[in-house]
Amino acid sequence: MSLFAAVAEPAFVVPTMLLDISFLALLVVVAFAIVRMRSLFGIVMLQGVYSLVSACWFVSLDAVDVAFTEAAVGAGVSTVLMLSAMLLADRKSTPVPMRRQVGALAVVVLAGMAMLYAVGDMSAYGDVHSAANSYVGMDYIAKTAEEIKIPNVVTAVLASYRGYDTFGETVVIFSAGLGVLLLLGLNGNSGRWVARPNGQMLNDHAAPSAGLATDNRSEEQRAEPDQ
Amino acid sequence: MTPFMGYFMLGSAFLLIISMALMLGRLLGGPTLYDRLLAVNSFGTKTVLFLCVFCFIIGRPDGVDIALLYALMNFIGTIAVLKFFNYQSLDVNLSAQKTAQKTAQSEDLS
Repeated sequence: MSLFAAVAEPAFVVPTMLLDISFLALLVVVAFAIVRMRSLFGIVMLQGVYSLVSACWFVSLDAVDVAFTEAAVGAGVSTVLMLSAMLLADRKSTPVPMRRQVGALAVVVLAGMAMLYAVGDMSAYGDVHSAANSYVGMDYIAKTAEEIKIPNVVTAVLASYRGYDTFGETVVIFSAGLGVLLLLGLNGNSGRWVARPNGQMLNDHAAPSAGLATDNRSEEQRAEPDQ
Repeated sequence: MTPFMGYFMLGSAFLLIISMALMLGRLLGGPTLYDRLLAVNSFGTKTVLFLCVFCFIIGRPDGVDIALLYALMNFIGTIAVLKFFNYQSLDVNLSAQKTAQKTAQSEDLS
């Protein structure tokens, strides 16, 4: 603890910044690998790694709650969802010809330049007169204890001051989850759906990932001919 | 905490990042799916270790609880992925599956 009592001397700020920079470098490597890789299973695993690295980065930026959400949703749930989507499709993605990538590259470059342009308008780190540190933000911090009577300001904003907003988000996420569950059939219906990648009809036997799986159906199901 | 301990922990954090990069190399080049799965699993372990070290670097050891939660989630996630690969569904009772396989094997033997 006395170590960080001495944080005021800038010698110790630099190493944690080095941590941030090395995490960002790892993120760049993973992102390029995701774009370049053709094996869909490798891409799913790399996406899990991407969210683990960004969770580490968020922790070193002192945003532990964001990091935890990122690790739970990114590395946990969405890996499983992506895998179940992959079982319905081809195992490798086909390479896109170069001339069709030019438009996407132009859009990405334009958006990045717009963001770099907007960086100039950002207030300095810890500025007292920044928007977050003046108007309603200070109100929340000052009045939460007496108005909502709970110690955590973030929880008060999410659940009380902007309760309707949070309710709407919950409805959106719920319906999205319902749609994903209906599409993928995680309730035991997976493999009974018919997918048609590359114009080729697939059932659960002919699915590209079928070779990876053991047949777990019962004898009478196995005896039935395919629909 | 002495300054030596501080730099020691920072050095171990950097070593953890280097080992994350090594895992990333295995993940990119791994010839089989299971190499990649193992790489992701040990990447999760490196994340947990980094979290522990970082909590002590910034002097708030209560963050170790979060690292424990990460470890649990990493384990459950790997089990879910492996189960999904084996059975193509999450709706399979693993213990029931094992008894079914056992009876099938005993039928084969008889």
